[in-house]
Amino acid sequence: MSTAAAQKPKLKTSAMIASIAAEGQRTKSAPFGHALVELAGARPDVIGMTADLGKYTDLHLFAKAYPERYYQMGMAEQLLMGAAAGLAKEGALPFATTYAVFASRRAYDFIHQTIAEDDLNVKIVCALPGLTTGYGPSHQATEDLALFRAMPNMTVIDPCDALEIEQAVPAIAAHKGPVYMRLLRGNVPLLLDEYDYKFELGKAKLLRDGRDVLVISSGIMTMRALEVAQALADDRVDVGVLHVPTIKPLDIATILREAGRSGRLVVVAENHTTIGGLGEAVATALLSAGVTPPFRQIALPDAFLDAGALPTLHERYGISTEAMAKTIKGWLG
Amino acid sequence: MDSSVTATHAHLAERAYHIRRNALLMGEVQGQGYVGQALDIADVLAVAYFHAMDYRPDDPEWDGRDRFLLSNGHYAIALYAALIEAGIVPQEELETYGSDDSRLPMSGMASYTPGMEMSGGSLGQGLTIAVGHALGLKRKGSKSFVYTLFSDGELDEGAVWEALMSAAHWQLDNMIAIVDINNQQADGPSSQVMAFEPLVDKMEAFGWFTQRIDGNDLAAVIRAFDAAREHPGRQPRMIIADTRMGCGVPFLEAREKNHFIRVDAHEWQLALEALDAGRTA
Repeated sequence: MSTAAAQKPKLKTSAMIASIAAEGQRTKSAPFGHALVELAGARPDVIGMTADLGKYTDLHLFAKAYPERYYQMGMAEQLLMGAAAGLAKEGALPFATTYAVFASRRAYDFIHQTIAEDDLNVKIVCALPGLTTGYGPSHQATEDLALFRAMPNMTVIDPCDALEIEQAVPAIAAHKGPVYMRLLRGNVPLLLDEYDYKFELGKAKLLRDGRDVLVISSGIMTMRALEVAQALADDRVDVGVLHVPTIKPLDIATILREAGRSGRLVVVAENHTTIGGLGEAVATALLSAGVTPPFRQIALPDAFLDAGALPTLHERYGISTEAMAKTIKGWLG
Repeated sequence: MDSSVTATHAHLAERAYHIRRNALLMGEVQGQGYVGQALDIADVLAVAYFHAMDYRPDDPEWDGRDRFLLSNGHYAIALYAALIEAGIVPQEELETYGSDDSRLPMSGMASYTPGMEMSGGSLGQGLTIAVGHALGLKRKGSKSFVYTLFSDGELDEGAVWEALMSAAHWQLDNMIAIVDINNQQADGPSSQVMAFEPLVDKMEAFGWFTQRIDGNDLAAVIRAFDAAREHPGRQPRMIIADTRMGCGVPFLEAREKNHFIRVDAHEWQLALEALDAGRTA
């Protein structure tokens, strides 16, 4: 176990905005907000829109830098998405922000009909993905990847850290068509700079090779997987990590290549319910190609999750570094 | 009426007749369609497309056009009838209505039809998109208007009220919304499904310049569109149009009111004849 985990973690509150950064972890502040401001300098068509969550999606930085390109739509997510569609039809490049629960659950039909059916250039960037708030099911977006994967024309991104968010912003702007991107906001962990990482839309990246286990992961679970790999290395378990930030379209070629190497347990880890997310996408890709490694999922249960402090909940639902390491060791027997 | 007004009125009455006729012909092709709504809204569409709006039939994407958003996608047969009359959709395509591979599906979709600005069908969305169009047009310094047609039943949808509030907040004086009050929705009279009156008071309270008219009185429709365009306030503009399902075909108008009027196979020809009789009357 890592030294950070050896001491009892200081429990944070169950407040809506809980930091996902561990004590002492390197972080970067508001990577999305800063990246969008930078992008807007080069692209005059970029506008920012939100539904009363500018401060909580780091869009306030854009609002301050480009007030004439910022639209506060009020606490009205359906309007937010419809208006984003109309603006896109008039040639603007809207970045619409809210919480992932409200985009995926409340405004789904508006995104489906007003944005996706017409293949409009709207980027939907949503905070509090998966289990990144202790505020309970009202704010825990545990089904968003399943919902947006199922939507035709939609590109779906689940970035891992601050570096990836910074790089993904111009990349999704350059992509023509609707994009749903999960957002980590506030002080966001920074780790991929140590892996010489470069985000490419639609590409999976092998961050670390390993003989015994291949963890295929997205979002913050890639951070966890890298921590698990370090922890298990001390136990002589060699864990590889394949990071898959683009959930749709899926980089099937790379997944088949890495998962097809014999002798490895394949574990898909995601900050999402076991249903309809990366795990099922990878399983379908593998089985369809006749690639059948030993396969396991680390993901959130098909349940309404508890409210509480994030470290407690991550431990309870098996997506903390410690719980994940223990689970994988158990599978290895 | 002076002679120019009389001429305008006669011209638009002829256009409305053609829109009704196109809709009946399409209804006959499929044996069904929302012809009751098409007949009720034909006067509004005639004024929109042949009096108020600026567009280029051979270039439906022309950036200087006035936008027309059909929020109630099931009224597609009515809008197709107008788009055909306007020359945006070729007359020959009329007979493809609702058929496989047609550009005229039974519910209106942006990706199918020239001149169709949005994918309707899921009700209560049009005004939200219109807000975005109106904001976008202002960004571009465009003088174009954004027209949105929606139905009284759509007033049940919360997003309509989100958009109504937002349009006033943003002072979208380039938005003109028309709500078709035919008092028919899927489960019965709209006013009984969910009471919506007093609608003028509500719209005015929401900050809209509001007019209520008989939507089948062509002269009133013309005046309302003119006033909506010319209103000097920095407000969005609402036209509440009370209409009659089946208007123009007396035996359909008299039929027991339904959201989806039943027209038997032999009745299409009778309906066309009744429409013609009204034209020459």
